[in-house]
Amino acid sequence: MREFISGNEAVAEGALLAGCNFYAGYPITPSSEIMHIMARELPRRGGNFIQTEDELAAINMAVGASIAGAIAMTATSGPGFSLMQEGIGYAIMTEVPVVVVNVMRVGPSTGQATKPAQGDLMQARWGRHGDQALVIYAPSSPQEALYITYRAFETAEWLRTPVIVLTDEFIAHGREVVEYDDLKPVKRRLQTKPEPPFGSEDPTKVPPLPPLGEGFNVMFTGSTHDEWGYRDVHRQDVHFRLVKRIWDKIWMNCKDLFLYEVYGDEKADVTFVCYGSVSRAVKSAVDMLRSREVRAKLLRLITVWPVDWDVLEKEIEGHVFVPEMSLGQLSFDIERFSKVRKINKVGGGVPIYPSEIVNAVMEVLR
Amino acid sequence: MSKHFARKYLREEVLPSTFCPGCFNGIVINAFLKAVEELNANLRKVVFVSGIGCSSWIPSPHIKADSIHTLHGRAIAVATGVKIVRPDLNVVVISGDGDLASIGGNHLIHAARRNMDLLVIMVNNLVYGMTRGQASPTTPIGLRTTTTPYGNFELPMDVCRILEQTNANYVARWCISNFFKLKDSIKEAFFMRGFRFIEVYAPCVTYVVRYEGKTAGEKIKELFSTCIPRELVDKAPQGKKVIEVGVFKKEDKPGYIEMYSDYRRSIA
Repeated sequence: MREFISGNEAVAEGALLAGCNFYAGYPITPSSEIMHIMARELPRRGGNFIQTEDELAAINMAVGASIAGAIAMTATSGPGFSLMQEGIGYAIMTEVPVVVVNVMRVGPSTGQATKPAQGDLMQARWGRHGDQALVIYAPSSPQEALYITYRAFETAEWLRTPVIVLTDEFIAHGREVVEYDDLKPVKRRLQTKPEPPFGSEDPTKVPPLPPLGEGFNVMFTGSTHDEWGYRDVHRQDVHFRLVKRIWDKIWMNCKDLFLYEVYGDEKADVTFVCYGSVSRAVKSAVDMLRSREVRAKLLRLITVWPVDWDVLEKEIEGHVFVPEMSLGQLSFDIERFSKVRKINKVGGGVPIYPSEIVNAVMEVLR
Repeated sequence: MSKHFARKYLREEVLPSTFCPGCFNGIVINAFLKAVEELNANLRKVVFVSGIGCSSWIPSPHIKADSIHTLHGRAIAVATGVKIVRPDLNVVVISGDGDLASIGGNHLIHAARRNMDLLVIMVNNLVYGMTRGQASPTTPIGLRTTTTPYGNFELPMDVCRILEQTNANYVARWCISNFFKLKDSIKEAFFMRGFRFIEVYAPCVTYVVRYEGKTAGEKIKELFSTCIPRELVDKAPQGKKVIEVGVFKKEDKPGYIEMYSDYRRSIA
């Protein structure tokens, strides 16, 4: 297929290719088109669509649907994403697969609802209380949004975890040619006989979900629980084993989860690290710098959590610049490896222009 | 020695329960399981969903069936997701007044608006028992709690009266003193379609009844005279504090599940 579609449409298409058959959502700019497409497509494909009373209902209905066997998702933006955090934490703790798309807009609070930003990175990583980890993908184009959304569903089922797809208003409403083939729908792994649904010896391997209505007497709870789901709100070892395993299943699979792109010179005097729509301006900036005989490269994170620190350590060299459509969040990661020069611009729907990036670099090199 | 009939429905390994001595939750479990027994219903095809609070522990972990113990206030939202995906299962929500009417109030009203095919049992203990007895939206005027130490002055809500005005198919309220009425009501609503809501008036033994200087048994005896059937409320003596019990509403409209499947068929 070859279509001229927006990022939101590409996300919805990627979800449908992955076999998503349950969508619960609440209207919010700039993510609503995803919901419109699901409202149109799911009922006629035998799936389920429900417009909820609020975002709390959206995430919790998606979790309930996933427990019942659906391939479930929801999509939202800034304020709605804040409201969903507790529900995402519940999905982490109960190990229920669900895909949450957050189309980033200018915040905090209502901010500028129709304008793009990248201010939700840290919230996506750490927005829940307690020790927890999940997977976050951040595509940089409609084309990539389609495949990344598909992959988000695969990852969610594989690791039984919520997966967040972070886009922003530029990607969501920008239109490009997107090419794709039919992909195999992801499959739910289900237990055939009762076995401990919440834990295995090897933390990198995640047991299948138990089916409902088959006499397995499963117990899902967001409280600390043992391998069988029995609540234990007192013992230290039970709690530690649980949260450590949930943490490990993400971080011990980091090498497989971490996707990135390197663009430009292999040996560089200038390294840019960024993610999402900003990387498109940075690519132009890399080309402009190279035409001025400055050796430059871009390290673009596609997976923004978990991060393979070895890759960062290996790729980061020379003067390091981190352009972000925020006051700087990814820059905290990069500061672990090098002195960082931040390029920050946010608000008003004005992108960081390649010329601004080049100027910032030339200032330092001069 | 013969065992109590309810034991086969309970996870024996979690007994004795963690409820306070004399807690009325035991009566609710008893009534519910008695209804299941008399209906000869298969708990294998029932999914229990509960929120946070004492009554949310009734199904999870006590009842031997699939159960989902959710976040505070979100039981109905999760239950809705389950029911939509698995209409073949009977989804039962058992939770408290704080969970369903306060933090989860929006979901309660909207599930009733949708006539969502759920059986919701709200155990109204008048306070937040699990967190040490703070006032809840159903705390009566004058009641002393940990957050209303000089007596509650906020007006309480009557959840049944609110839901009566929605599209819900079944709305009823019973006291724990009306054991047989409660059991029959659960039986009546169990296999109905649409949204069914049963409030069980069960004052917290530890944070309400004890502070009134009464034992659980004395409280039940008192409730025999303060719980008045709806049709007799007008005849109650003037100025006497009564709790109106009975069926507020019973209809047989198609629920969300049927309406959605009709919608889906109409566009196929």
